[in-house]
Amino acid sequence: MSNRLKTGGYHLSMGLVSLLWVAPILWVIVISFRSFDDVAANGLGSLPHSFTFSTYVQAWQDAEEFRALVNSLLVTIPAVLLSLGLASIAAYGLARYNIPFRRTVLLLMLMGNLLPPQILLIPISRFVELIGYYDTLIALIAVHVGFGLGFYTFVLHGFMRDLPKEIQEAATIDGAGPGKIFLSVILPLTRPALAALGALSFTWIFNDLLWSITVIRSGDKMPVTPALLGLQGLFVSSWNVIAAGTVIAAVPTVAVFLRFQKHFVGGLAIGAVK
Amino acid sequence: MTATAVEVKTRRRSAKRRSLGVSPLILVFVFVPFAVEAVWVFWPALQGFWLSLTNWDGLSAPTFVGLGNFREMVSDPIFRTALKNTAIWLVLFGGLSVAGGFGMALLLQKERRGVGIYRAALFTPVVFSLVVTALIWRVFYQPDGLVDSVLRGIGLGDLIRPWLADPDTALYAVIVPALWRQIGYVMVLYLAGLKAVDPALYEAARVDGASAWQRTRYVTIPQLKGVNSVVLSVIVIDSLRSFDIVWSMTKGGPYHSSELLSTYMYSTAFQSTQLGYASAIAVVIFLLALAVILGYLIRAFREET
Repeated sequence: MSNRLKTGGYHLSMGLVSLLWVAPILWVIVISFRSFDDVAANGLGSLPHSFTFSTYVQAWQDAEEFRALVNSLLVTIPAVLLSLGLASIAAYGLARYNIPFRRTVLLLMLMGNLLPPQILLIPISRFVELIGYYDTLIALIAVHVGFGLGFYTFVLHGFMRDLPKEIQEAATIDGAGPGKIFLSVILPLTRPALAALGALSFTWIFNDLLWSITVIRSGDKMPVTPALLGLQGLFVSSWNVIAAGTVIAAVPTVAVFLRFQKHFVGGLAIGAVK
Repeated sequence: MTATAVEVKTRRRSAKRRSLGVSPLILVFVFVPFAVEAVWVFWPALQGFWLSLTNWDGLSAPTFVGLGNFREMVSDPIFRTALKNTAIWLVLFGGLSVAGGFGMALLLQKERRGVGIYRAALFTPVVFSLVVTALIWRVFYQPDGLVDSVLRGIGLGDLIRPWLADPDTALYAVIVPALWRQIGYVMVLYLAGLKAVDPALYEAARVDGASAWQRTRYVTIPQLKGVNSVVLSVIVIDSLRSFDIVWSMTKGGPYHSSELLSTYMYSTAFQSTQLGYASAIAVVIFLLALAVILGYLIRAFREET
């Protein structure tokens, strides 16, 4: 009996905590479907008295959130592919071959990622201006690739290093060169780590604010995260439209999370164990 | 030359040849990503350090002022507020997210019915950007928003205030959503660490008659040393980098009451275009992070060997 009571108490308290945790999200979703008059008359804290999609239409069309979403994807997808591609060749060379100064190179690369980005902001904004790429999505992609590389290389290196030596030797005996071994032996075996890093880096890059507002100026080139901040100026106190915009901006990362849930959670824990 | 010297020399040469014998393709494989990072991270970082010793408005050439910027900081009240707030942020945001994340991980570590749902609920906010988090909570803090409605509902209506516009509450009103998001993340780190603890240790402790509390205190916590150091590094670096949530909720205001070093650095650089002084603030952020970075690297270095 006391055991059952204990279990009941556990589920009751955990259920409450969980509810408390998701309540802000649910509540913003509810607001996003309320009409302006309803919010104005009954306040933001009240239960809904109306249901409308017009908030989403407004955010999508008037605030041009569609364009911002496209910009975000135009930055995020190439940046993820490029940084993981570059990180995997670097990790392969460092993990499987006896390259001079390999440990120094690896740690330097990791250190680059651990630097506070603040120290890079001014020089990078000047640099992209100098090479004529200020206010372009290409600059943003390059920044994300450069800054993320160190961490991805470090994680992939740890993963590739633990692969058995024999498979590589077998491939060498079969006459495969280093490039072939990378593509047909090492890379397929690294898939789980790549999936985890891919899911993680997608959300990191997609959710970025700091780099975007540092290298992008024009509103029509802004990715969705900074554009969302602009929404507040556009729809002052129309919190229902802002809520709709917030929901739209969260959809892509939620989708990636749901699709890659296992890898995503595993990826966050990378490095915690060991 | 003696025979042994020749031998040593040839051995050394052959060792050298072996290490240089790596195929050119592999060298390209390593060099290209390294060069990319050098151009986008190492070189700008060095420039950042150099700029911190200059006065620069971004238009005319920077003038060298030595440690002048750092001297200026000492008497800059906004800098001092930002430094103090960063310390508060580190202690409150860092401390509470570790305590909360660890507590939830302990409560949710055992696989039982419903536990997956609870974990997912706590974890959901991690998926959102800090800007999304900020907007969700700004709606929350609005006059007549949910916070005010709840307070009125439980008879604490007197406490109601403009949470984000009141200098006394702004910083703390920003820390709450930051925590809301971070606790789930720290929980995942600890869950991973707890999973790696050898179950035989618990069994042995149970056989010895240890209570649940004793098992936590004497088995779990010592076994989590590795995770603790990762969590600590993540938290300190995250705290010093924290920018998005403050920028989207208050921009450091009102009257700099929620200013962090990172937001002050940004506004000094890109709104008042004092690029030299802003670089110096960035250097301070770097120096504060340095101990953690070195600790992290030493740990990574040890793992490599």
